[in-house]
Amino acid sequence: MGKKKFLTWSLLLLLLVSTALFGCSSDKESEESGGSEGGSTEEKTLIFGRGGDSVSLDPITVTDGESFKVTKNIFDTLVNFGEQDTEIEAGLASKWEPSEDGLTYTFTLQEGVKFHDDTDFNAEAVVKNFERWAAGDGEQFPYYGSMFGGYGDDEGHVIDSVKATGDYEVVFTLKRPQAPFLKNLAMSPFAIASPTAIEKAGDSFGDNPVGTGPFKFVEWKRNDTITIEKFDDYWVDGEPKLDQVVFRAIPDNSARLNALLSGEIDLADGITPSDGKTIEGDDNLQLFERPSMNVGYLGMTVTREPFDDPKVRQAVNHAIDKQAIVDAFFEGRAEVAKNPIPPVISGYNDDIEEYEYSPEKAKELLAEAGLPDGFEMELYAMPVPRPYMPDGQKVAEAIQKNLADVGITAKIVSFEWATYLEKAANGEADAFLLGWTGDNGDADNFLYALLDQDNVGTNNYTYYENQELHDLLIKAQSEVDEDVRNDLYKQAQEIIHDDAPWVPLAHSTPLLAGGKNVINFKAHPTGSDKLAGVDLE
Amino acid sequence: MLHYIGRRLLQLIPVLLGMTFIVFMIIRAIPGDPAQVILGQQASEEAIKALRTNLGLDNPWYIQYFDYLKGLVTGDLGESLRTRTPVVDEVWPYLAATIELSLFAIIIAVIIGINAGIISAWFQNSWFDYLAMIIALVGVSMPIFWLGLMNQWIFSIELGILPTTGRENVRDPVDVMTGFYVIDTLIAGNFDQLSTVLKHLVLPGTALATIPMAIIARMTRSSMLEVMRSDYVRTARSKGLSMFWVVYKHALKNAIIPVLTIIGLQMGLLLGGAILTETIFGWPGIGRYIYEAIGFRDYPVIQSGILIVAFIFVMINLFVDLLYGLVDPRIKYD
Repeated sequence: MGKKKFLTWSLLLLLLVSTALFGCSSDKESEESGGSEGGSTEEKTLIFGRGGDSVSLDPITVTDGESFKVTKNIFDTLVNFGEQDTEIEAGLASKWEPSEDGLTYTFTLQEGVKFHDDTDFNAEAVVKNFERWAAGDGEQFPYYGSMFGGYGDDEGHVIDSVKATGDYEVVFTLKRPQAPFLKNLAMSPFAIASPTAIEKAGDSFGDNPVGTGPFKFVEWKRNDTITIEKFDDYWVDGEPKLDQVVFRAIPDNSARLNALLSGEIDLADGITPSDGKTIEGDDNLQLFERPSMNVGYLGMTVTREPFDDPKVRQAVNHAIDKQAIVDAFFEGRAEVAKNPIPPVISGYNDDIEEYEYSPEKAKELLAEAGLPDGFEMELYAMPVPRPYMPDGQKVAEAIQKNLADVGITAKIVSFEWATYLEKAANGEADAFLLGWTGDNGDADNFLYALLDQDNVGTNNYTYYENQELHDLLIKAQSEVDEDVRNDLYKQAQEIIHDDAPWVPLAHSTPLLAGGKNVINFKAHPTGSDKLAGVDLE
Repeated sequence: MLHYIGRRLLQLIPVLLGMTFIVFMIIRAIPGDPAQVILGQQASEEAIKALRTNLGLDNPWYIQYFDYLKGLVTGDLGESLRTRTPVVDEVWPYLAATIELSLFAIIIAVIIGINAGIISAWFQNSWFDYLAMIIALVGVSMPIFWLGLMNQWIFSIELGILPTTGRENVRDPVDVMTGFYVIDTLIAGNFDQLSTVLKHLVLPGTALATIPMAIIARMTRSSMLEVMRSDYVRTARSKGLSMFWVVYKHALKNAIIPVLTIIGLQMGLLLGGAILTETIFGWPGIGRYIYEAIGFRDYPVIQSGILIVAFIFVMINLFVDLLYGLVDPRIKYD
């Protein structure tokens, strides 16, 4: 072919292609929109838009919330959390009997339950799952070790044995009582998987998950969609209502809202508080509030001057106008915090008297601490939005202003997220913004994890240590009597309040939005929602 | 010619080797422990230590680098720290998604850009010229995220003619064979799906095309202006050839070479620079794959992802260099 011809032809081809492309885009426009009536089938498909993709669909191997959002619907756990709280209800186990001393738990299992691969769910399956996990390590099954104190023969490992005492009866023997034991079992990572499928799939079980849940796995297009479909033999009568659920990753919050507005998705996670009003004002949409199980806080590294003086920390507590922060940056969709745990968690101490917003008191305390002219400090601002902190930068600016009013000069610094966490964990920050979302709805998961001396340098970023507090928290871990236990936590909160390593800022209610046609969606405080009861109109 | 290609390919080796080294060093210089990031905020210290050892992060950097190179030679790009899947196995769908989007974008950019440039040069200093060049200027300076969200709002929400995000109608998913959905739907002969897939390409494609389109238009215009002042064009005109013929047949051929260079460069930039577009439009491409890997300190993915993009970039440039010869026979390779 001559060169002239080549050029002419390529130009012609480009023209043709472009004409074809634009020709295509004008016809048949509305197949995307219109919820259930769209698509090629009459099936009821719910499309759930969220910020990120799952890491794996084998729930025991992951720790991220996005993975659990999907596995929650493929797998069941022995016991369940309540519909919108963390009270314990029956799951794959219909009944359970703890012994007097809290060392054995006897579970009676549901009969006639099938895994998606058509094998039977029974006591043997439960035993095999726990054996698999106990034989693992922190890298394979991170949550198992952190919730049950280790693996196999580890000294701290709480579970001594799991035995099948009948086809549908399992007995757990513990080495020592563990108060949050049932709540732990209800967590998504401890969902029961089909032993046959695990054996068959080996390392690729995370791409081919098989559970007993309301939906079975169909397809995963990485970073794009995960499709699950109705499991016809699901053991709960009348569930699931939907034929199919597609989880779609749309990282940008505004784009996700746009996709909801145009009808491409039916449900959108991670709605920015400032968009809440828009959604409430839209007749075609509804807003869902996820009950709060988190805390956003300002931590002060107690090993750094002048924050080694409790008076200074109390002064900072008095200096910050939390209500104003909640109103401005959480759009009022959060509760002002006074304790490290949110009020929904049992053991919450409502008698704690909040540090009121009072610059005068703050100044007095600073004077008492020998710093009448204030001081200079660095304030770490979170670089990423989190449910407990929608905009770290702006919250930091508000705090900076509050501190300036009492003579403290705060310089705001920020780092990329992984760096931020590392520097805070190393104790390099004077003060930093951070937060926590609970795993199992237990006070231990907040107070011990975040403020006990055992966790200094990991989750206790403030390096706060208090022996009295430590003793209380350790005692509470094995206290079986709920009332006694709650009492211990109330005392613990008093100590924390007085020592003031944090300024607890807010317990936020994360927002979701959905089309008006979504029925019976209940947002769960843990962040992973069971969609078995959800329907489309 | 074959000799030339061979030499160019050999030259690739030190270039890519240098790339691996630079990328390797840079990503290890940024603070942040992958083990901590992988296990998350809730992880215990022992678990993090165990994972570090297991991932080989305890080894000195040169051993890690050497291991990495050893893997590369055997075609092993490493295993993602996050998903525990070999990068080779998981990278293709992302790469295909980005290539499809980039090709679409470059086609739009070339067609509109070149023609706008030609017409601007043809009618120099006319209102079209001014308008086109103003649009080109705005196009270069427009932030993609803003443009993207505006387009979503206008074309999806208000007009309802184009989808906002993603690659396909997820209620009617494409059966993936090659990873290029346009081709996959063509193979399947499903023209409904093809049209849906093309519609999904339009918004992200035009957002991505805006900058190269503007640059190509400006380049074509100045290149054409130069050529059109030359003697042979005047001769052609005086022979009574129509302006259209002169411009598209004679002038363009000589003006196209610098434009080709620009197109090649832009094509390479698109591949790597699609992160914002891919984020706004929920496009599961390689830009986002690498970007998210950075957040997770997923070293093998960052290294290999950048290496792959760099490789394609170099290959495109080689291809463009070869194209010169086709367009202008006076250019010789030896």
